[in-house]
Parts: sequence; C-alpha cells; structure tokens
Amino acid sequence: MGQQHDIYYVPSKSQWPIVAAVVMFLTVFGAAHWLNAEPGEAGFGKTVITIGAIGVLGMFFGWFHSVIKESLAGMYNPQVDTSFRMGMMWFIFSEVMFFGAFFGALFYIRAFSVPWLGGHGHGVLTHQFLYDTYSGAWGAAGGNGPLHIGGAFSTVPPWGLPLLNTLILLTSSVTVTIAHHALRGGHRGRILLFLGLTVLLGASFLFFQAHEYMEAYKELNLTLHSGVYGSTFFMLTGFHGLHVTLGTIMLAVIWLRVLKGHFSKDHHFGFEAVAWYWHFVDVVWLCLFLFVYIL
Amino acid sequence: MAHEATHDQHDDHHHAPQGFFQRWVMSTNHKDIGTLYLIFSLTMFFIGGSFAMVIRAELFKPGLQLVQPYFFNEMTTMHALVMIFGAIMPAFVGLGNWMIPMMVGAPDMALPRMNNLSFWILPFAFALLLSTLFLPGGSQAGGWTMYPPLSLQSSSLAYTVFAIHLMGISSIMGAINIIATILNMRAPGMDLLKMPVFVWSWLITAFLLIAVMPVLAGAVTMLLTDKYFGTSFFNPHGGGDPVLYQHVFWFFGHPEVYIMILPAFGIISEVIPTFSRKPIFGYKAMVFAIASIAFLSFIVWAHHMFAVGLPMGAEIFFMYATMLIAVPTGVKVFNWVATMWGGSLSFETPMLFAIAFVILFTIGGFSGLMLALVPADFQYHDTYFVVAHFHYVLVTGAAFAIMSATYYWMPKWTGHMYNEFWGKVHFWCSVVFVNVLFFPQHFLGLAGMPRRIPDYNVAFADFNMISSIGGFLFGASQLIFLGVIVHCAFFSKKKATDRVWEGARGLEWTLSSPPPHHSFTVPPVVHDEELAHGHVND
Repeated sequence: MGQQHDIYYVPSKSQWPIVAAVVMFLTVFGAAHWLNAEPGEAGFGKTVITIGAIGVLGMFFGWFHSVIKESLAGMYNPQVDTSFRMGMMWFIFSEVMFFGAFFGALFYIRAFSVPWLGGHGHGVLTHQFLYDTYSGAWGAAGGNGPLHIGGAFSTVPPWGLPLLNTLILLTSSVTVTIAHHALRGGHRGRILLFLGLTVLLGASFLFFQAHEYMEAYKELNLTLHSGVYGSTFFMLTGFHGLHVTLGTIMLAVIWLRVLKGHFSKDHHFGFEAVAWYWHFVDVVWLCLFLFVYIL
Repeated sequence: MAHEATHDQHDDHHHAPQGFFQRWVMSTNHKDIGTLYLIFSLTMFFIGGSFAMVIRAELFKPGLQLVQPYFFNEMTTMHALVMIFGAIMPAFVGLGNWMIPMMVGAPDMALPRMNNLSFWILPFAFALLLSTLFLPGGSQAGGWTMYPPLSLQSSSLAYTVFAIHLMGISSIMGAINIIATILNMRAPGMDLLKMPVFVWSWLITAFLLIAVMPVLAGAVTMLLTDKYFGTSFFNPHGGGDPVLYQHVFWFFGHPEVYIMILPAFGIISEVIPTFSRKPIFGYKAMVFAIASIAFLSFIVWAHHMFAVGLPMGAEIFFMYATMLIAVPTGVKVFNWVATMWGGSLSFETPMLFAIAFVILFTIGGFSGLMLALVPADFQYHDTYFVVAHFHYVLVTGAAFAIMSATYYWMPKWTGHMYNEFWGKVHFWCSVVFVNVLFFPQHFLGLAGMPRRIPDYNVAFADFNMISSIGGFLFGASQLIFLGVIVHCAFFSKKKATDRVWEGARGLEWTLSSPPPHHSFTVPPVVHDEELAHGHVND
C-alpha cells in the first residue's frame, strides 16, 4: 500500500480516450438509428454501425498497443500493477451484477409472474378473468405465457449438447490454470500448448452453442419470440455466448503475446486478467446449466 | 527504462501540456478532468433547470396555456434524466476527481487514461439523449423511470436506452478508478480510518455504482429487446410482467438515490468541522453510518412500488427495512449538530450552505419516513408530496452540498477567493426561494394533486402559483452562482492562501493554491496532527 517510493507512472497525454468515446458513440448512434428506422426505410444506420464497430476494433488495437509498449518498457511498477488488478476485479464484479439482473428476472418470472398468471397466490382474479385455461407451468407446457406467444415449442434437453459444453468449459478452466502454472514455472512450450488448448475449447464451445441455437430455431421452434421462456433462454445464453466469444479472442491474443515473449514469471498481469475473466465466464455457465437447462 | 517514465512525469510536473486540444481533450490529469466534469455538470444543471422552468410555467395557472401535454411529459422526463445523470452525478465525480488524489496524497488518479474516457463518454451520451427531443415522435415521456408498457410506446426508445448504456459505462469506469485510487494510491501513513469522510463516502458510493449501474443496463436492455426484438419480459401474454421491470429498475434506483447523497454527506462532513474549528464528532460512527446506509439501500427497493399490488409480507418487510435507514441517517445529523456544538463558528458561504443542508435535508428525510409507511404511501404515492420529498433531498440536499463544496474548494482550485458578498446573496436567495418553490408542494400532494400531469384542479391554483414564483426566482438565483464562479475563475484579484480557511485540516490544504499540475509526485510524509481525523480513538 504505497510502500514503493519510485514513481507511479502517469501517462502525459493520450488520444485513445477521445477516439474511444467517438467510436462508441458512432456504434450506438448507428444502432439506434437502424432500430428506429421504419420498415423499408433506407437509413444510414448500418453504415454508421459498421464504421463505429471497425473504429472500436482499431481503438482497442491502438490502445492496447501503447499499453503493451509501456509495459515492455518497464514503466509499470508493482503499484501500477495493483491498480490494473483492482480495475479488472471490479470490472468482473460489474459483469456479475449485469448477469445478476437477468438471473433475477428469470427467478422472478419462474417464482412469481408465471405462477401468478396461472392463478397461484395473488393472481387469482387475473387468472379467472383473463387466462382461465392457463396452468402457469414452466418449460414447454407454458413457458411462453397464456397466449402461447411464438407457438408450441420444445425445450433443449440438458443432457446432450449443454452437458458436453459444460464439460468443455470446465476442462478449459483446468487447461488455463495449467498454462498459468507453466508461466510461473517458465515452461514456454507447456504454456503455448495448454493456452492453445483453452482457445480451441472456447471455440468448440461456441461451435456447439451455435449448433444448439440452429437446432432450437429449426427443429424445436424455440426462438427469441417463444414467450418469456424464449426471452430468458436466449438472452441469458446469448449474453454468455458473447462473453465466451470475447474471452476466446482475449485468450488468442494472449497466446500470440506468449509467442512473442511478452510475459515473465512475475510480470504477466495481462495473462492473469484474461484467466480471471475466463473463470468468471465458466462460473456463469455453471449457473446457466443449472437454472436454465436443468431446473 | 525507468528513466523514460521519470522523464514523462517530470515534463508534466512543471506545466500542463500546451495547446487547448491536448490539454483538455487528451488529458490524463485528474484536476483538468475534474474541471471538465464540473463544467459539464454546471451546463447540464442549467439545461435541466430550463426544463424545470417550462414545467413550472405551465403549472403557473390551471388549464393548458403554454405547451402541449406530450411536450410537458417530455420535460418532466428529461428534467429528471438530465439532472440525475448529467448534473448531480458528474458533479460528484468531478469533485472526487479533483479532491481524492489530493486528500490521500496521490500523484493522480490510479488509471488516468480511463479517467479521461469516463468523462468524454458523457457529452456524447447526452447529445444522444437530448437529440430525442428533436426526433419525430419526440423523446421518452413516460417519466425517468421508463416503466413499460408506456415507455415501449416511445418511438425513440433505442436512443434513450443506448444513451443510458453509455452513461452506465462512464459511471462504472469512474467508480473503478476511484476505488483503485483510494485503495492503492494512499500515501504511507494515510490509514483507512484516517481518511477524510469525503473520501470514505466516495469509496462506498463507488461500490454502489459498480453494483447497480449494470443492473440498470440490464433493465433497459430488456426494454430494448421487448420493443425491437420480440421478447416478452414485460408482456403478460407471453408470461412476463411489467412489475418485473419495476423490481429490476428500483434495485438499481434505490442505491442510485444514495449514490446522489452519500458524497454530499462526505462534503458536509468536511465543511462543518472546518467552520466549527473542531474535529468532526464521532468520526468512526460517521463512516459506519455511511456503510450501513449503503447496505440498507440494497434491501429497500420495493418501497417505490407499494401501490403496485405487492404481497402483504413484502410490503411489511420493505416498510420496516426502509424505516431502519432513519437510524444511521439520524446518527449523521446528530453528529453534524454535535460537531457545531461548542465550536467557534463562522458563517462563510460554504458553511451557510452546509447548515441549510442539515436542516432542509432533514425535512426531506422526515417526509421520506412518512412515505415509508405503507398505509400512508397509498395516499401519497405519485402525488406532489413525493415530488416535494425528493426535491428536498436532491436540491437542498445533493445540490446544496455541491454548491457548498464549490465555494469551499474553489479558492484551492483557482488560487483566488470568490466574492463573499455575492456568495452570500446567492445563498440567501437560494435558500428562501427553494422553500417557496418546494414547501407548498407538500400541501398540494397531501391534497391529492398528481405528479407528471400538465393540468390540475382549480383548487390547487394558489399553491401552484406560489410554487412557480419560487421556481422562477430560484432558477434566476443560480445565475448569481454562475457569475460568482466566472468571477472567481477569471477576474478575482484576491489571492487565496494555501490553507484558505483558518480551520481547514488535511493534506489537500498543504498544497499551494492552485495546486501543482500533479499533486504529490513523491508521497508526502503524513503528520497525524495535520489531518482532520489524525487521532481516531473514539
């Protein structure tokens, strides 16, 4: 805690924050314009999103480029390293709360809103006057609400692809940990092997997830429109899939950086940050497997 | 290697980067970014304030005179969004940016580039939000809470949602930066329980921000997918429930209310000891009270929803949990009064605002207690009583604390004293007219006048006219504030001393006025007797 009396690195000026603000703005402005356009109207939304998204990629590339350069130049002392660690930890905490909102919605829907519509507890009158044939069951029997929004559907059986994906992610958490130990022990070949395996496992998770989505849409008629079951299913697994995608890209970047020899035994915050993120994504999946697929 | 870093640092230490663009847009300096935040906040304060003037002008007389009802609803909605996310929150972040590194003995914020990004997201986010006023179909008009299904009818929902996402990203990054600064950047000897109360209040506020801003992002994302992607979160036909939105929103919303008041508590806990020339009474109790309030803020959200038809058990739980907040808040008010008790008081402008805060915030706290009672809330819900309540805590609470902080620290920032006479004129005008503005609204609410409606029963005419007159004069009084700030920043001839105030204690007062570009390049040696709370034994 402030024990180091050498100098805490404060960059003198940087163009990246303002670039980041502009490209983030372009992305969401384009998205808003696109969503708001009347059907058939030729808006400029998609063009602006594309420019913004390319800009976001370029910004990440440039910003990380300068950070890596500074890191390799030895400008970050242990105190700076601690700031980065705290930043990553609290960022992951904010992500936990983001998923918390959607899990909270799922629990509320399953514990209150669907049973109430089916006449349990305090919903007696709603049930009697509006939806008297609705049972308030979850899953294929009533998860799409009293008006069966989206039509009849079947749920994804948990013991097929989802179980496989669970095993894949659990294995990948083990491989990334082996790679971390190898990094601390200085075994370069072993790091590259196990980190590479982690990237492949992440990619295969995404492949199976995509396959599962296609099956759900084509054969099970389970879509984003399948009432609140479809809403919670696709929003939770979709946001998780997005995080796995980001995590896999991050792992791949770290693999390249290991290849370039950017990390040392005791100076490898970038590696650890990505490993933390990967474990976080893994834990979210375990909750999903339990609450979305099994229960 | 280390030489380069030192060189970079060295450059910065003596002078700010040259060139307007480089200094302000590419900044990594906590003081410059703090100044940007404060200027942005002041701008938003006047934009949001002009919306309030439209509201009060329409309500001056019964009947529809000036604006269309839809435009009126846009004004109530945008007034709240702009004041909450644009004026109050950025003002606190700006004050934190300026003061926290100086108070804990740090060279700068822990993550200076991210600090700049947190700020620069905001002008874009508010451009997006305010642009909806000019879109076909207009802006969000269902209130700042954006309850579905009403909010889903707004044709510009996507713009509002993305603007809120951007504000959330900005707040989360700002909060992460503040936590890392406080936990990692303190000078040796600046123990946690020797930190100024303002720093403590921000540490806890930052935790609240990181915990709840993502939840708001989740709530508005569900609105977005319900409107544009066919999900059914809030649609009972598909098994959803509009009340679900209210739960998720207020899980964010209640801690958000404390995000807007805890830093104010911190400010008042700095100002009152200085002008009482006494250390604060019960330092540890003050810190624990802030922490207790923050904890309780997570388990009281449904008191915003008593009238929605909650199960009895939930209403009773949330009622008692809400009333419990009065205990730590009472401790704070008691300690502020006990700090003044027996002190040798002087009444400069910051102290006047602080004393007004203690009295008027307490009135807002008491009306909050009335609203916490379920049977009473059935009467008061969505009336002007609620409007009066939260304006007492947010205007005479949060905004008065920000004004107090501005007068208190402005000599430190600019190196010049503000004009004490005009500061006092600003104070007396504000404190009189704010009560003319909001006090009658209690009576209007108790008599049954609903919120967010452009017209009203003629029975409410007199009090509304009084309230509107108070509103116009309160709004005009803020032009004095602007004048005092501009004068102090650019024209004041009276130099400020390093300590500025006779009774001021703490590391920030050991620096020159204005302070060097980087506060403490080398960690200062902390002498306990220099600190406001150097000897914590109670």
